[in-house]
Amino acid sequence: MDKRINLPISDEDIKGLKAGDSVLLSGSFITGRDAAHKRLYELLEKGEPLPVDIEGELIYYVGPAPAKPGYAVGPAGPTSSYRMDKYAPALLDRGLKGMIGKGARSQPVIDAIVRNGAVYLVAIGGAAALIAKSIRSEELLCYEDLGTEAVRRYVVKDFPCIVAIDCEGNNVYETEPKKYCTE
Amino acid sequence: MEIRQIAASEITAAVKKLFMDCNYYIGADILCALESARERETSPVGRSVLSQILENDRIAAEEEIPLCQDTGMAVLFVEYGDRVCVSEGSFEEAIQEGVRQAYRDGYLRKSVVSDPVFDRVNTRDNTPAIIHTRIVHGDKIRITAGGKGFGSENMSAIRMLTPSYGAEGVKKFILDTVRAAGPNPCPPVVVGVGIGGTFERAAQLAKKATFRPIDSRNPDERYAEMEDELLESINKMGFGPAGLGGNTTALGVNIETSPTHIAGMPVAVNICCHAARHASTEI
Repeated sequence: MDKRINLPISDEDIKGLKAGDSVLLSGSFITGRDAAHKRLYELLEKGEPLPVDIEGELIYYVGPAPAKPGYAVGPAGPTSSYRMDKYAPALLDRGLKGMIGKGARSQPVIDAIVRNGAVYLVAIGGAAALIAKSIRSEELLCYEDLGTEAVRRYVVKDFPCIVAIDCEGNNVYETEPKKYCTE
Repeated sequence: MEIRQIAASEITAAVKKLFMDCNYYIGADILCALESARERETSPVGRSVLSQILENDRIAAEEEIPLCQDTGMAVLFVEYGDRVCVSEGSFEEAIQEGVRQAYRDGYLRKSVVSDPVFDRVNTRDNTPAIIHTRIVHGDKIRITAGGKGFGSENMSAIRMLTPSYGAEGVKKFILDTVRAAGPNPCPPVVVGVGIGGTFERAAQLAKKATFRPIDSRNPDERYAEMEDELLESINKMGFGPAGLGGNTTALGVNIETSPTHIAGMPVAVNICCHAARHASTEI
């Protein structure tokens, strides 16, 4: 049974999410991947203000394909999250409430998730055309020069994802493969 | 000896079509493997992920949109007939222009940066493509092309094994590489393996192996058996579809080999996601 969450996500919502839950997100979140994370991180390190308010937000690790005429957005599936591991703890400590990506996270990220009462959600890698059906519109927020890597706001309706790491640090990538391992 | 003239524009048009086609339409071999995997998969989440991947691939083909947003770095294997002369332009530029047009007109993502370490500025047209050319005898140009996503490319590895490692050492390195990749390369994956040659030949063969249909087998029965055995071992690891648990971690293992040096046994493992995109044509 899918849990429906309206964004911005509340602390109560996050507490109610358990690793392995299927979730449908509605509302809006921001996007960003490698190059944007590097810039945001460098601003945080210098103590300078960020060009986008991340407090209470979820960030989706995505670099979309261009939208074909008649489409709100192009195909937009998740990119591998571990590449953002260097930057994620600093963003979580600054008020980011969660991330949407795919794949495993490092221990410092898991610690930062628990420390900040945040959540790590995953979407299905390589299901970009399907996922884009739940994205209703996009707005450019900053770093237009990065092309596909620019920071955008996506308005979504029933965006499908799975809780990979919950606010207690339970991690599906640790627990689930073990159940099916027959080596 | 007759020389056949092929216009650069003809090569450009062919390359453009290959990249648009392979990004919209997943191969029948992959669809077939995904469907049979869904029947065999014991994890309910795994079955659901496989259904969503199949649904995604159906939407992409029907609407002619990329099935994955990472439409890849353009890689081409070209067999260039020695009796062919490219007219009205150059062979290399004809291919780059085909890539440029496909990524622009086909609404494919531009994912290439100019300099790997310092500038990292997007070239905005997905060029340059990686072109592997082999001169063969004949008057045709055969091209196999694919968009290679980097989620899986980043999980690939090469190791200069030495002869005493034997078949067991080869298998262990391949399995270790797939295990280390875990949930990251968008399983179920296709594993391309290149064994032999030199450092760079092994890597090139591994890429070529990912472009081979997964319902094909290595013509040498010993390697064909190794492919089957590796596939079975990988699917016992438990990562499953999207790495969320299950018994479908790989759809296929393809091995390509080459003669090598008396002191060496290089092994390269090129991992490809379930969106294993490639297409071929002959001009």
